[in-house]
Amino acid sequence: MSFLNITHLEKSFGANRVVKDFSLAVEKGEFISLLGPSGCGKTTVLRMVAGFEQPSSGDITIGGTSVVGKRPNQRNIGMVFQAYALFPNLTVAGNVGFGLRIKGTPKAEIDARVAEMLALIGLPDLGARYPFQLSGGQQQRVALARALAPKPEVLLLDEPLSALDAKVRVSLRNEIRAIQRELGITTIFVTHDQEEALSISDRIVVMNGGIADQVGTPFEIYNRPATRFAANFVGQLNVFRADAAGQIGGVQVGQGDFAARPEALRLGRIEGAEIVMPATVAEVHFLGSVIRLTAEVAGNRVSLDTFNRADMPPPAIGAPIELSLALRDLIPLAG
Amino acid sequence: MSIWARIAGWAALIFGLLYFFVPLAGLTEFSLKAERGVYGFKAYRDVLGDPQFQATFGFSVIMALVTIVIGVLIVVPTAFWVRLKMPWARPYVEFITLMPLVIPAIVIVFGYIRLYNTSSWLPLTGSIMGTNLLLAMGYTVLALPYMYRAVDTGLRTIDVATLTEAAQSLGAGWVTILGRVILPNVIPAVLSGAFLTFAIVIGEFTLAALLDRPAFGPYLQRIGANKAYAPFALSVIAFGITWACMGLIQLVTRFSRHTKAAQ
Repeated sequence: MSFLNITHLEKSFGANRVVKDFSLAVEKGEFISLLGPSGCGKTTVLRMVAGFEQPSSGDITIGGTSVVGKRPNQRNIGMVFQAYALFPNLTVAGNVGFGLRIKGTPKAEIDARVAEMLALIGLPDLGARYPFQLSGGQQQRVALARALAPKPEVLLLDEPLSALDAKVRVSLRNEIRAIQRELGITTIFVTHDQEEALSISDRIVVMNGGIADQVGTPFEIYNRPATRFAANFVGQLNVFRADAAGQIGGVQVGQGDFAARPEALRLGRIEGAEIVMPATVAEVHFLGSVIRLTAEVAGNRVSLDTFNRADMPPPAIGAPIELSLALRDLIPLAG
Repeated sequence: MSIWARIAGWAALIFGLLYFFVPLAGLTEFSLKAERGVYGFKAYRDVLGDPQFQATFGFSVIMALVTIVIGVLIVVPTAFWVRLKMPWARPYVEFITLMPLVIPAIVIVFGYIRLYNTSSWLPLTGSIMGTNLLLAMGYTVLALPYMYRAVDTGLRTIDVATLTEAAQSLGAGWVTILGRVILPNVIPAVLSGAFLTFAIVIGEFTLAALLDRPAFGPYLQRIGANKAYAPFALSVIAFGITWACMGLIQLVTRFSRHTKAAQ
């Protein structure tokens, strides 16, 4: 049995069903991301695990014990919020030690744990500062330390990086993952940022309209999306519709729509690629190590990524080219 | 801005200042003329040395402190709960807290006397302690508009919902959340409300007089009717207390440690 089990969870606000028959099993120490657009129900699921919302039906168990009906302060969870939510009247050390003081931990133990946590987040000398004296990234690190200090069974992260600038987001997400691995704490991370979810998760739950559209590893979600929504939401996508004979580029693929990632399309005739399509270059975007081309293929616009090579300049806009695509890279779109 | 507009602005300001300060200056000047032919503090010495002044002022100070405690205990949890769980009720609560500004104190006190007289089901006016309690409750009602607004404004400056959830996730119950998270973060606002309450209670006459309690307001009225210079000295003292309260509000707000609280 998994450590954290969410079974047939439902939540309605009046007539609005925001979470529909949501089930998920999370192993101990696993890092799971709930990924989806705004309003898909991911935060509501997280808040039900935290105890801030009560499910309309369904069950949540942590370590084999149902927590439905328990108040948030009885669940032994740690939570990090998008808005940091540090207590402005307390110092950094006061914030980190807050949960331990609530538990009645002896002062010496609190001091030791606070020092340990501040060292863990790389801010060992800032214990005496107040939250308003810290940068956004530092505040979120402190919020993480505060959530971890009482040794919770589950760590919940509600878009903790959304309020930070791009550079800090990348470094902090890597730190969060490193700390999570070090402590081996079961973690649920809510985000609408696919790159974030792909880069740090053991598994991703792609959510849409209150349901779990697909659950899988980042590799599976990206390369084998189970639904049209998952394919569209995670990563860039080119969609090809098979003709009446079930062919794309003269090769039999079957009926329906198929997708290919920009990096699956190759410039020129490539050995082993079954499909070859004539195209015209429409746009060229030089991104440094990668060049992104937009090309017209039989009235359809597609994107492809190719690595930059100093000895091979990108084709000019309007130039005729050939695009190659291997059958194994075609993703059938369902749903 | 034209020169005439600037002159008109200054003229309006100077007129306003004169309108406010000239009577005050006259009041102060008169209070210093208790001794014939010289300026001095005789009226102040007489007032401050009067045992009745000390007794009534002491009584009013104690009543003000009790009122502040009752006010904080009622208003802080109410404003917190309304903001957190019942935002739809906010206009109704605000309306109720404004009622004391509309209903005169004399109506409130007659209502109290009718409800809590010695032949009622709760005869609070039958004992000194009961009457004092009634007086404190009345003061709390009179101070409600100021205390509620001050606390509500303080709550607006912090993210009440997220801070509450953060505290809950760390194991805190409601009492801990209110006592250790919410109250410390609205202390400047609570102190503002407390100083306003203090100023109101010190000068209040109607409730204290009709409930026959030895408060500072009725003493002020009695002295005013019987003595020449002392009432003016008392008025200056009362002004001083009120201004000191206002100054403290400013001071507390300015030197609040976490006015730049993280949101």
